[in-house]
Amino acid sequence: MSRMILARLLQAGLVVLVVGVLCFVLVRALPGDPAMRIAAGRYGPDANITEAAELVRRELGLNQPVLVQLGASLGQLAKLDLGRSLVTGLPITKELRIQLGATLWLSGATLVLSLVLGPPLGLFAGLSRGGWVDRASLGGAIILRSLPPFVLGLLLILFFAMLLGLFPPAGYGTWRDLALPALTLALSLAAVSSRVTRDAVSAVARTPYIAFARLKGLPEPVVMRRHILRNAAIPVVSYLALQAIYLIEGVVVVETLFGIPGIGHALVHAVIARDVPMVQGTALAMGLLFVVVAAGVDLTCHWLDPRPKRI
Amino acid sequence: MTLADATLVPAADRRWLTPSRAAGLVLLSLLAAFALIGPLLVLVDPTEQDFAASLAPPGADYLLGADHYGRSMLARLAYGARLSFGMALLTVATAAVPGILFGLFAAWRGGWLERVLELISTVLLALPGLLLVLILLAFAPGTFGPLYLGLALTLWIEFYRVTKATAAGVLKQPHIEAARLLGFGTPYLLRSLVLPEIRPILTTLAAFAMSTAIIAISTLSAISVGLRPPTPELGAMIVELLPYYAEAPLHVLMPGILIFLLVLGLQLATRNESL
Repeated sequence: MSRMILARLLQAGLVVLVVGVLCFVLVRALPGDPAMRIAAGRYGPDANITEAAELVRRELGLNQPVLVQLGASLGQLAKLDLGRSLVTGLPITKELRIQLGATLWLSGATLVLSLVLGPPLGLFAGLSRGGWVDRASLGGAIILRSLPPFVLGLLLILFFAMLLGLFPPAGYGTWRDLALPALTLALSLAAVSSRVTRDAVSAVARTPYIAFARLKGLPEPVVMRRHILRNAAIPVVSYLALQAIYLIEGVVVVETLFGIPGIGHALVHAVIARDVPMVQGTALAMGLLFVVVAAGVDLTCHWLDPRPKRI
Repeated sequence: MTLADATLVPAADRRWLTPSRAAGLVLLSLLAAFALIGPLLVLVDPTEQDFAASLAPPGADYLLGADHYGRSMLARLAYGARLSFGMALLTVATAAVPGILFGLFAAWRGGWLERVLELISTVLLALPGLLLVLILLAFAPGTFGPLYLGLALTLWIEFYRVTKATAAGVLKQPHIEAARLLGFGTPYLLRSLVLPEIRPILTTLAAFAMSTAIIAISTLSAISVGLRPPTPELGAMIVELLPYYAEAPLHVLMPGILIFLLVLGLQLATRNESL
């Protein structure tokens, strides 16, 4: 348990390190003199730009050895000092605080929706292996997994927004705006989790201990609740850790597609505008969100199956 | 079923060419033919504009119609398919070759190289792959280089880990021990005894990695951080044509259908029968 938490803390540290180092290199790799660029941004391109740049260089320590600078910038990250956006001029932490809400709503809605869609379908399919529910959900899963999220999103917009007029095609504000983006992501996640559930359930249902539970006269609901569900849940929940990756990646794409003002949307636009502090801040936030989701999955796994893991 | 159970079943006990694999292979070869031969047969330049034919429906002059600039959809789709196939193959080859070699080496020898590789893969896996690709894309937006590097950097890990785990299981088998005692060299053992055992799972992995690469490249191009118009990239084409959906819905859907068929073919061709 404590080892598990330690591993996730280590991962969070690695996220900060990887993002910090990459963005540090990114600033140096952009064409031009960083001190000159910052000076021009602060004071405007005037005649004294060279002196101004010299002042900036000394103030920010840009004349020091690269490793010292890298250490300083990672130290700033550790203090959660993310700097200001080059585009809006606002502190990154302030922007992130606004965007985080949208991202959390979308991720939460997606997770709930995918858990409502995927595992129950997989349960039905697994209990009647080879039946029509199994076949239909297999076909659906193969089709959904062949569709890139943005194509699936577009199809849902075309069908639900343009054809039926049920939900708005883009925007952010009410739950109706959240319906299509969350459904896009949830369908992709459910396509996989339904199959994982189905395999787990059909494997558990054929074990001797289930046969014995029935033989000793346990009523079917008890067999289901106490033996099938709990045992089948272990692989399903550990698979959710893998799905956390798809969730975070999907959030970036879907936010951009549907124009949801979240962190993923900001990240993509920061990449286009080469707003390095913003890229750093948003990538860091998404990376840490990923670690938090994965840690949540770890804890659930531990609760379901308290036997110590052999890693 | 553990990894070892799945791979150590003698190949002859399983029917390899299932209906879904056959369908997938047929689909893939049709698409490969379209991607390879298409650009040679369609002699039109995919960037040649003809405003008289703007949004032309499929028909005599333009077999699959023309886009909003009057560019031949057939030519653009053929070049787009070639681009997707080519980029995905290149990325997966770059990921698979070092991944498999390192994996075999780590299973065989272990030692400090294994520890270094473990460290590198842990560091790379700390972030979801797409975030790494996006940060790298900030170095040079709209080019293939960072896209390729980022995808290869995330995809090789899976090859490395699976090869290492599977090969370590195979290497413990008595017949390997016997062959080693008979004096066969390491390269021979790895090539003739280990590689055939791990080939099926690596094929599946390669197809999965190719689907990931195809989807990632088209997705990033669609959200305008990947390849940019006028490059005939399938994802970029969809977004470029989207404003004209009311006039030409089929044109918007065609590149999407092509991506769908590509990934579907890859999935079906390597699917393990479990129904």
